[in-house]
Amino acid sequence: MRKLAGFLTFSICVSLSAQTESDALFMAKRNLCGGFMYGNTSWNHYWEGTFYRNNANIGSFKSNSVMAMANYGIGNGLNVIASAAWVDNRVTAGTLIGQKGVQDLNLFLKKELWAKDIKGFNSSLVAVGGVSAPLTNYVADYLPISIGMRSKTASIRLLGDVQKEHWYGTASAMYTRRSNVTIDRNAYYTTEMVYSNQVAMPDVFSYNVRLGWRDGPDKYFEILADRINTLGGFDMRKNDMPFLSNNMDAFRLGINVKYPAPALKGLSVMATGMQTLSGRNMGKATTFMAGLVYQTEIKKGEKK
Amino acid sequence: MNFSLRWSILLGLIAMVSCNKEITQRNMQFAALNPDKIDTSAGNWKPVLLTSATEFACDLPIAVSSADYKLQLLEIKSRQANMTEADEAALKYWSAGTVLRWNEILRELVAKYNLPPYQNPDGTYPIPSSTNPLAYPYFPFANPPYAARAYAYVSAAQYDALVAAYHYKGFYRRSRPSAVDNTIKELVPVVKDYAYPSEEAVVAGAAFAMMSMLFPGEQDYLQEKLSECIDTRILAGANVRSEVEAGVKLGKSVAAKFVSRARTDRAGKAIGTPADWTKLESDAIARGETPWISQESPKRPPMLPLFGRTIGFLMDTTEVITNRPPAPPSTGSAEFAKELDEVLWYSQNPTRERMRIVHFWGDGAGTYTPPGHWNAIACEDFVNMRFSEVRWARNLALLNMAMFDAAICCWDAKYAYFNPRPSQVNNKIKTLTGLPNFPAYTSGHSTFSGAAATILGHVNPGRAADYMSMADEASKSRLYGAIHYRSDIEIGMSMGKTVGSKAVDRAKTDGAD
Repeated sequence: MRKLAGFLTFSICVSLSAQTESDALFMAKRNLCGGFMYGNTSWNHYWEGTFYRNNANIGSFKSNSVMAMANYGIGNGLNVIASAAWVDNRVTAGTLIGQKGVQDLNLFLKKELWAKDIKGFNSSLVAVGGVSAPLTNYVADYLPISIGMRSKTASIRLLGDVQKEHWYGTASAMYTRRSNVTIDRNAYYTTEMVYSNQVAMPDVFSYNVRLGWRDGPDKYFEILADRINTLGGFDMRKNDMPFLSNNMDAFRLGINVKYPAPALKGLSVMATGMQTLSGRNMGKATTFMAGLVYQTEIKKGEKK
Repeated sequence: MNFSLRWSILLGLIAMVSCNKEITQRNMQFAALNPDKIDTSAGNWKPVLLTSATEFACDLPIAVSSADYKLQLLEIKSRQANMTEADEAALKYWSAGTVLRWNEILRELVAKYNLPPYQNPDGTYPIPSSTNPLAYPYFPFANPPYAARAYAYVSAAQYDALVAAYHYKGFYRRSRPSAVDNTIKELVPVVKDYAYPSEEAVVAGAAFAMMSMLFPGEQDYLQEKLSECIDTRILAGANVRSEVEAGVKLGKSVAAKFVSRARTDRAGKAIGTPADWTKLESDAIARGETPWISQESPKRPPMLPLFGRTIGFLMDTTEVITNRPPAPPSTGSAEFAKELDEVLWYSQNPTRERMRIVHFWGDGAGTYTPPGHWNAIACEDFVNMRFSEVRWARNLALLNMAMFDAAICCWDAKYAYFNPRPSQVNNKIKTLTGLPNFPAYTSGHSTFSGAAATILGHVNPGRAADYMSMADEASKSRLYGAIHYRSDIEIGMSMGKTVGSKAVDRAKTDGAD
């Protein structure tokens, strides 16, 4: 029984976000981009604390998800982004039943703070504020199979981007505040007994670095590295189930690609691959995602 | 960046960081214990193991006129004059009740140790050793039968120790420090009876000695709790040092009798041998039944197959066997197929409400177990009932002896019939909670809950119907979770009620009712 729902929550915030909340690209004013991404995450080893192991009573963990997302240009250099996912989690061995359903709504407001051309280096600074909350009454306290963690979150990301001709680099750091979570039990053990149905969730600090080549907002190839780190939390005990307030860390490497589909102007194909290299109280996950996004301009006064 | 955006980001960050995450725990809200009845005659109540209240001696206290006693009064004054924040926190914590807090400490240790050992490289499982408790796998594996036994021994030892203490309190009639010296301030509500020996120290001494045997790797932690507990009596101005020292000594002496009994109650051999495990399987096959097979990978030996032979407090082994329920539906019968289908239906049609029930009552690995859950339920009600410490101990002893004997009866049935879990017979049955590693019939949750609700309904008649409906929900949670058949839960529940009624019989004649 192991952990990854946490991982999914994070990955939805982090790796699905090509041209979303963790890059320096903006939709122009009154432009709307919407689309769907299919995601598949799996692992058969995990870190129980720092102990790297498999578990024949879990076999492999498999998660499939479909995420809907939209990004709208409120103004030039000011975007609002929304996303929500349907998730199906299951394990291939043992008796534990899978879980599926609609997870959380994520909303981001993204603002370009500063942009300047310095000797041919196009540089910018971006701030992204985000909130998220569960959309359904899914079960959180059933890791790793639960589809999410039910925590309401508020996040702030600061991002710097430099581009020289087509080559660019982006670095960003994000702090996520997580609310307490209400579970179905009214007492539980962490490193001590807690007589409450509330679980205090450690906050999360994450950062990521991307290097790539791009030609406008619809054509890019990048490699990225990210590190996710809960600030606090406890280690799973040997042979224990994971718990919401565990100390969950991961370091991942991946690639993101976006390319315009020739069939239709405004339609693009996106794909992501991510691999967890190290972690703590997390699965050593491999993630693939692929999807289509369509971009169009909403003409003023068109509707009335 | 414009000015207002900059400020809104900053304010947002401050709001994020400053919002309070602290959790209000129910057990930290309990008021100081202030019994509405002193139970001065408790020295005449019927003990569990002691032959009489005077089986263990409690020496004559020093005279209140002695220099030594006066020094001990000075100690109270000096401690009260130099209270630290930690002292105040400890005082507040322990004032809620000594039996209560030691019960919570025990629940915490059960949860800490309730994890099945991780396998060896060759796919076998290591067995925890009481002589080397801190080497992995830690001793004990505090699974539900082990936990039920632990709760029973600790509660019963505390109760017997308090019966003895109440006898000596009435015998020596030592006044409280504040009655000897009216400049002594009492910082918590103090029962207006006699101070020697300190009943709180008796409880602490008994709990310490019993729990040191049950959780031998926790001696340092338990010693720390013992010192803190008795220290608060001096801080509170409720006892002088010689009163708490006599109490700890008496509590430890009484507990030693329970420790000796625990060493010979057969629980230590309950794990059985590979030959025992094979025989259970071949016996079931010989009866024409599908035997239980571990669904864990690698296959884990069944949990404590000989626990049904452990000697309980309310029933002897012959009675356990006589009371064994009839066999469950044969694995080849139409009735079995029908029950199996019902489990499949619950597995395939979970609702959010049934999932809530499954998880609320799950009490699986890493938790304080179902008996721990019933202790928590009982304690949260007892807090409002304002029992004396001795009545607290007596009621928890009745509850936990009932659940210990329920565990014995349930484990006896499980290994007499050795029947398979639903998922073993039909692999389409996925479970909503962890599948326990022992046979299905009867359901442990149902047996524990039937016993607990029965005795709690006697102790607190106003809530009898509530306890029964909680037990019913706990029992059904195992069918909803697709890990038990209907016969397991129904027969388990009725067996639990039978065991619970033995505790009620005892309650009616122990002198406390």
